[in-house]
Amino acid sequence: MLEADNLECVRGERRLFAGLGFKLEAGELLYLQGKNGAGKTSLLRMLIGLLPPEAGEIRWKGQTIKSDDFRADLCYLGHLNAIKEELTPLENLLAAARLADEELSEDDALDALEQVGLAGREDLACKYLSQGQKRRVALARLVKEKRPLWVLDEPFVALDTAAVDWLAGIISGHLQRGGMAVMTTHQLVTIPAGTVRELRL
Amino acid sequence: MSPQSSAATSNWPCDVRPTSSRHCFFVIVVSLFPLGIGPEPDLLRKLAPGVLWVAALLATMLSLPRMFADDHRDGTLEQLALAPHPLGLVVTGKVIAHWLVSGLPLALIAPVLGIQFDLSADALIVLTGAILLGTPALSGIGAIGAALTLGLRGGGVLLSLLVLPLYIPVLIFGAGAVDATVSGLGERATCHCSPHLPLPHLASPPGHRPPP
Repeated sequence: MLEADNLECVRGERRLFAGLGFKLEAGELLYLQGKNGAGKTSLLRMLIGLLPPEAGEIRWKGQTIKSDDFRADLCYLGHLNAIKEELTPLENLLAAARLADEELSEDDALDALEQVGLAGREDLACKYLSQGQKRRVALARLVKEKRPLWVLDEPFVALDTAAVDWLAGIISGHLQRGGMAVMTTHQLVTIPAGTVRELRL
Repeated sequence: MSPQSSAATSNWPCDVRPTSSRHCFFVIVVSLFPLGIGPEPDLLRKLAPGVLWVAALLATMLSLPRMFADDHRDGTLEQLALAPHPLGLVVTGKVIAHWLVSGLPLALIAPVLGIQFDLSADALIVLTGAILLGTPALSGIGAIGAALTLGLRGGGVLLSLLVLPLYIPVLIFGAGAVDATVSGLGERATCHCSPHLPLPHLASPPGHRPPP
């Protein structure tokens, strides 16, 4: 479904990778590995269309990823949380869903926040939350997320062990429903379900 | 909900908070002129359109660097760019939001400040109308500058160098309409041009991808 052919990435004077290709089917997880500066984030940004590749092509369901259809199927979580400090966790979740054209009722959003352990803090502006809690607000988007392709950049950063297990469960659930995910992480995390492919840069 | 309104409303509370300072700037700069020039109604009436418009341009300039910078810093800009809507619509939403918290209040404050310059009731109405019509163009043109200087250190100065020359037509027509009313020529001719001023922005590049 998601195919990449012969990708090449050049940043400044350096060529980070070339001739890179892979194919990802429904229910599969692509696990990107590599040391710092190997180009993991650059590859993710290529996959979501924010960084044009030097060479090569990326296709989603046989089409190039420039289409609106691709963006309607994509859920991206970068290493920045994309939450507004002035808004409460609840408002952040609802705004993110509205922007992505998704139906999310207030009850669903409250339920998602409870799952990430933010019950009782729905109405507190995000600037008063800790780093880990802000990350949880961003991750709460994934709880009710129905879009088939998830691209996650270091999703486990700043999370405690219980939250790491919870997130691994959420990702497995997504794979079991026939979703796909591309993920980078430096932590050792086992995703219980789905086929895991590894790609080392 | 349309993408413009979702882009506009999602940022609403974040944009409102820091706005009071730019409006205070507008009030203070305009009020300094009658204090500095002294009680000479004829001179003040002559200066009023130019002073009010220049102050409105500068007050709008103050808020421009923040238009995309906060979204860029916290990652929201990536999400906006990846939203399943045409990027041009999303940017238009941002421009409308910027106008609502920046241009619209200026238009509402301006007639009150105009009283300090002994402007007639007619001139005050034209002044409000001209600022209402002109400020969307300021937000639209400013969005281009804000997008181009996004992520640059010290981009604020570069932004004013890029954007202020493009504001000149808005200034000439806007101040001209008020001036014509003050001197009794009638504002019709200039006012007919003003609604077209936001048009250049529509022909602008539809969006700017955030730098990695």
